[in-house]
Amino acid sequence: MKTGRMLLATALVALFAGGAEAQVSVKLGVLNDRSGVYADLSGEGSVIAARMAAEDFKAEEKGIKVEIVSADHQNKPDIGSNIARQWYDQDGVDVILDVPTSSVALAVNQITREKNKIFINSGAAASDLTGKQCSPNTIHWTYDTWALANGTGSAMVKAGGDSWFFLTADYAFGHALERDTIAVVEKSGGKVLGTVRHPFPGSDFSSFLLQAQSSGAKVIGLANAGGDTINSIKQAAEFGITQAGQNLAGLLVFITDVHALGLQTAQGLVLTESFYWDLNDDTRAFAKRFAERNGGKMPTMVHAGVYAGTLHYLKAVEALKDKDPAKVMAKMKEMPTDDPLFGKGQVRADGRKVHDMYLFEVKKPEESKGPWDYYKLIATIPAAEAFRPLEEGECPLVKG
Amino acid sequence: MASVSGQMAAAPAARATVEAASLHRAIFIGIAVFLAVAPFLLYPVFLMKVLCFALFACAFNLLLGYGGLLSFGHAAYLGTASYICAHTAKVWGVPPEVAILLGTASAAVLGLVFGSLAIRRQGIYFAMITLALAQMVFFFSLQAPFTGGEDGIQAVPRGRLFGLVDLSSDTTLYYVVATIFLAGVLFIYRIIHSPFGQVLKAIRDNEPRAISLGYATNRYKLVVFTLSATLAGLAGATKAIVFQLASLTDVHWTMSGEVVLMTLVGGMGTVFGPMVGAAVIVTMQNYLAHLGAWVTVIQGVIFVICVMLFREGIVGVLAKRLKRPL
Repeated sequence: MKTGRMLLATALVALFAGGAEAQVSVKLGVLNDRSGVYADLSGEGSVIAARMAAEDFKAEEKGIKVEIVSADHQNKPDIGSNIARQWYDQDGVDVILDVPTSSVALAVNQITREKNKIFINSGAAASDLTGKQCSPNTIHWTYDTWALANGTGSAMVKAGGDSWFFLTADYAFGHALERDTIAVVEKSGGKVLGTVRHPFPGSDFSSFLLQAQSSGAKVIGLANAGGDTINSIKQAAEFGITQAGQNLAGLLVFITDVHALGLQTAQGLVLTESFYWDLNDDTRAFAKRFAERNGGKMPTMVHAGVYAGTLHYLKAVEALKDKDPAKVMAKMKEMPTDDPLFGKGQVRADGRKVHDMYLFEVKKPEESKGPWDYYKLIATIPAAEAFRPLEEGECPLVKG
Repeated sequence: MASVSGQMAAAPAARATVEAASLHRAIFIGIAVFLAVAPFLLYPVFLMKVLCFALFACAFNLLLGYGGLLSFGHAAYLGTASYICAHTAKVWGVPPEVAILLGTASAAVLGLVFGSLAIRRQGIYFAMITLALAQMVFFFSLQAPFTGGEDGIQAVPRGRLFGLVDLSSDTTLYYVVATIFLAGVLFIYRIIHSPFGQVLKAIRDNEPRAISLGYATNRYKLVVFTLSATLAGLAGATKAIVFQLASLTDVHWTMSGEVVLMTLVGGMGTVFGPMVGAAVIVTMQNYLAHLGAWVTVIQGVIFVICVMLFREGIVGVLAKRLKRPL
């Protein structure tokens, strides 16, 4: 008798469980720099962004159980690749998000392909991710070096900055950035008056800045990154270069860098980003909620990319009721993207997500209404022109 | 005093050596058994990383702990070997064992050249010369086209060992790495306990006396420097195959610092200390990764505690307690 009742109860429970919405549970891993130079522009903020995406999507109600884990790769590819492997092999992670630092991103790109999972990159700049090293399992969401060089190069020339001088970090990355930007500047009708290479990492930029100043170029392009960019901007401010009428164009600068430099130092700097918190009502609403959870700090474009990428992934999973990586990737590429931060866009065959990019100028201290009110919009680069054309990337997935 | 008490102490000393040797043999067997079952308990890629760093630390310890030479540029050998190994495996398409040997050989040559320059000076000057030379290697790696700059060499094929064994399985590769590690460590152990090793220790403890006894100390120092660089290279080359990448991290000066940290935490001048140190540091880096910025803070705190409370390192303190050399 008793066993009969037990059986009945078990059957009922099973029935109810079966009757409820089929549950898909996904595990997202946010892998980024949480202690070093990129901790501000990615770091904990990216985890918050991913969590907000899951909440805003109301994943739980739609039958998707989302779990988010995070780790610090310390900008070292071996640590990053070890974590990525462990996440995929042991911890059941389905998607890795963010991953700034090119070397780590390229390593995760390979591992994700080998393990057949999904990698949605927001933090790294390497355009190889959707070029020579493109993978069917990778989406590069937010920006890349090509887009930055192109945005700043072409839009600046159109805005009247038609003569350039380059301050270039003397290693492969700097050379590539300089080469790409020069190509764009010349194509847009500008001319390059000269370039100077500075050692990497550098600390004293005065002699290079003086050469740039005396060249008389309207725009000084900073083909460097991180600490070099910060130092060269600071020293340019000491020489009063922007006040004297020349423009500084940062080719890899984030809003967190501007925040760290302060408007007094960074004023007049021109830069390209794919997102700014004060663009429209949607971005402002997002930024307000984000800042409340991130100690008052506004989201960077990398955070925005993590949010939008997560949202798009969840949409694809919901549509399929399945998390099979190949199917989800196909769905993500087939479905146009639409989110409050980047607007409408699409994911191309090579994994490149395309959307508008924006050319900003950093405000003068007197123009700013308060903290984080830093940018003036100079130009919008439409999605169709903002990224490297599909056929030029040498991505093996794209067959002409 | 030395001669009389020396003769009297000779017999117990010999017995102690025999005892120590059998203890060490037991520990090595223990390690081998542990390595054999470890992949069933722990994640193999993580274990391989620990083994690579443990071998690196042991190689460094050979130089510091037994030769008394503090090199601040050991990342150069690790990194060069990993670049050469990655490049030959990926671009030339050589099988993994050849790639590892080529990487190791390149570190040996580099060690010979750098060593012959550095051993001309002592103490801090020696350390600074090794650091300066290692920085040159770093800048070379940053600029040379084949290293891929800051992207590094990615997607290195693991290939087939001797054309037979497929290394793409983590477990298979693990046993290969474990074998390399054991061979490397046993080789170091053999060096330390050879007559050559005895002379090294004599030079470490009192160089003028070793010279007065007729030893060409510089030659000994150069040999141990080269051996240490070679073994560090072996670790680096193996690491390149394990992670399928070679990057600037491996040649950066922080890597040279990390190996000093591992050796000191584990126990400088002990046989097993560097292995323990490497395991501790790599485990922290790995399992505390979710704590973010705290990893480096915790690492620093542990280092400070280590220096303040037990300077001999974990194994050093243990050896003192047990009154046995470990």
